[in-house]
Amino acid sequence: MKFKESLFKFIALFAALCSVIFLFGIILSIFKEGYPIFKIYGVIKFLFTTSWHPTHEEPTFGILALIVGSLVVTIGSLIIGIPLGVGSAIYLSEIAGFKTREILKPFVELLAGIPSVIYGLFGMAFLAPFVMRLFNLSTGLNAFTTSIILGIMVVPIIASISEDAISSVPNELREASYALGANKWETIYKVILPAAKSGIYASIILGFGRAIGETMLVLMVAGGSAIIPKSIFSPVRPMTATIAAEMGETVVGSDHYHALFGIAIVLFIITFVSNLITETIKRKVMRSQNL
Amino acid sequence: MRMKRRLNQTTWLILVRIALLISILFLLIFLVMIFAKGSKVLSLSFLTQAPKEGMTAGGIFPAILGTFYLVILTIIVALPLGVFAAIYLSEYAKPGYLVNTIRTAINTLAGVPSIVFGLFGLAIFVNLFGFGVSILSGSLTLAILILPIIINASEEAIKTVPDSFRQAAYALGATKRQTITKVVLPTALPNILTGAIISVGRAAGETAPILFTAATFYTRKLPTSILDEVMALPYHIYALMTEGTAPREQVPIAYGTAVVLLLLVLSVNLVAIIIRYRIRKRKKW
Amino acid sequence: MKYLFRLLVVGLIIFTTSDLFAAKKNITLAGSTTVLPIAQKCAEAFMDINPKVNISVRGGGSGVGIASLTAKSIDIGMSSRPIKDKELATAKQKGVNPVGNIIALDGLAVIVHSQNPINEISIKTLKDIYTGKITNWKVIGGPDKEIVVVSRDVASGTFEVFKEKVLGGEKTKDDALMLASNKAVATTVQETPGAIGYIGLGYLSEGVKALKVEGVLPSNKTVQDGTYKLARPLYMYTNGTPKGIVKEFIDFILSPSGQKLVSETGYVPLK
Repeated sequence: MKFKESLFKFIALFAALCSVIFLFGIILSIFKEGYPIFKIYGVIKFLFTTSWHPTHEEPTFGILALIVGSLVVTIGSLIIGIPLGVGSAIYLSEIAGFKTREILKPFVELLAGIPSVIYGLFGMAFLAPFVMRLFNLSTGLNAFTTSIILGIMVVPIIASISEDAISSVPNELREASYALGANKWETIYKVILPAAKSGIYASIILGFGRAIGETMLVLMVAGGSAIIPKSIFSPVRPMTATIAAEMGETVVGSDHYHALFGIAIVLFIITFVSNLITETIKRKVMRSQNL
Repeated sequence: MRMKRRLNQTTWLILVRIALLISILFLLIFLVMIFAKGSKVLSLSFLTQAPKEGMTAGGIFPAILGTFYLVILTIIVALPLGVFAAIYLSEYAKPGYLVNTIRTAINTLAGVPSIVFGLFGLAIFVNLFGFGVSILSGSLTLAILILPIIINASEEAIKTVPDSFRQAAYALGATKRQTITKVVLPTALPNILTGAIISVGRAAGETAPILFTAATFYTRKLPTSILDEVMALPYHIYALMTEGTAPREQVPIAYGTAVVLLLLVLSVNLVAIIIRYRIRKRKKW
Repeated sequence: MKYLFRLLVVGLIIFTTSDLFAAKKNITLAGSTTVLPIAQKCAEAFMDINPKVNISVRGGGSGVGIASLTAKSIDIGMSSRPIKDKELATAKQKGVNPVGNIIALDGLAVIVHSQNPINEISIKTLKDIYTGKITNWKVIGGPDKEIVVVSRDVASGTFEVFKEKVLGGEKTKDDALMLASNKAVATTVQETPGAIGYIGLGYLSEGVKALKVEGVLPSNKTVQDGTYKLARPLYMYTNGTPKGIVKEFIDFILSPSGQKLVSETGYVPLK
């Protein structure tokens, strides 16, 4: 009996530790395969030069253009995603009637689950030709089109989590605000949004993480030029797309192979840091709610 | 002053409403487009046949089956692991360094880009463990990807079981293990299932993790072993869009595949949402 | 719950081991996405003739093809380039002897917008355009229009050939569009009046104009007799000379009916 008890606990502990093991496995494997490029090519040169010619006779592995490519489409998508997502969340939780909300909230959650490859298909086959004709461009596969689709993709994520944050603001605050003579918008803007601030930030950072880590969509839509874009209509080559497109063609164990894992390290660090920020915000919220 | 305040309020409230309308409009255009273009090729034979004539005709049956196998094995691996981890975190763990580490690890895993999971699966399962490109490698990779979702959902579910239930079990002389397996888990089961179902939807739609670990471009054979490689719906869409030589015939098939995948994922999520709403209504404690 | 779990485990074991009892006649191919359509089409036809055989065709790229062959996880590695020294060394180390079987040829067509009056181009001019020395069509006798340079992904086999045959060690100019697929290149050139690009012959369609390169138009004949310069062989690598069912499959591709499928896919048959 006693044995069964402790066995059960041990299994549970082991299962919980698996996450730690997997995380370390991931870190270990990408660092093991990616570290050589830092030694061969130099960290500074790898990160801060723009020449990405990995298959050239004298290959160059500067990923700055890839990092910029990732950032451009991510920021672009947030410019679209934040106002739409947060705006929708405010409407859903503060303005919409009970019925509208009961229908729309699940709808938004449903949309958050659409596979990104389908967004990619839509972007490639429908939006890109449309954008090309509209702005008279040489290609519709560019940072602008990518930002739009990526933006549409992160709206449900930002909206759903912001909505949770806004509706968890206690009703007393609203009532107090109205009692002081504030109108609806003043209450939302001066009382509710500040109170839900952390949750909204967390949703934005989560959207950021999803956008910068997104692979299939940018692989299909971003165009793929490894240059620092001159305008938002330039094609870009985000980091994730580079890994997905080139991993198959490279010789295992070559410098190029290590460089692709090097990109994975950079990606991992970016998402890790953005995650830590979310964590810190969440902890702060919990602490302030306990008070 | 009052006029200005009211004007200000009206403007902003309209803007917020527009934000929601635009979001919904965008998403509706997106969904309608996919369904409109994809439903043209949908038919019973599209669902039950293998691709034919250089993938310009026929159906997507091997891809549907492949995705099905991948998802089943993924959930077989991830569900017990996730539920046990949640049991540890909510029933056994005491606040401290260990729990913080575990939680940080789970949250970090949740944020790792899917392509990085793909690289990990390639390096570890395909190459190091020698499983090759197979259902097994793909499912293990996907299992790690959805593990955080399952753990979080299960933990939430277990937390909603009132303490009085546990105390009642203890009072009847049940051990901790018995309390968990006989009282806590059955009570939390519907919510755990909701989480599991949502993660099934996620696993079915992921492409990047199976790109190097499980997916194949074309096979007619239905998998007979977990060491077989398979076609998969999301990869099929990608492959048709980028590697096909006959866009005129293949793009419609890609749309058709997208509709099938979309219906699969949306209906799975819909089931989860319905279960959750039912539970919310029924809950009386 | 417990029984359910046991049932699952038993099911899983049966599922895993059932392969051992089945009459096993599998061929697995992986590698170059250029060779993929040929392999796929031939696999279909071969399986129709030999219903007991199953062939699975996977992409991934030439690197994956050769690496998987080296790891002995596949039977045939498809490649759009000859094996590299480093790959050969690794293979030998692991006791694998990659043998390249040329199964088809591929020509790169240089394409421009259908309204472009230019009809032919030299390799030297092509290089100057791609490296950024020539930026306007009027320099080579065309209209006064900026040249939009469209290229393929640096990691693709198609780029590899172009690099080797045209660029000769120089880099493409920085603002060239690097597109991910032959299809994307064709569409872009079709829609852009000032564009120039290159694609596999299989992707050549009505909407674009193929240029004569060094005075020769790309066609099956000119690629076969070697007068068209931008051409390459496509390989299927096997461990040692092909044997058994793998040999049958490769022989099928090389047979007249297989080569007919090659040209249906848009590539150039060997003869």
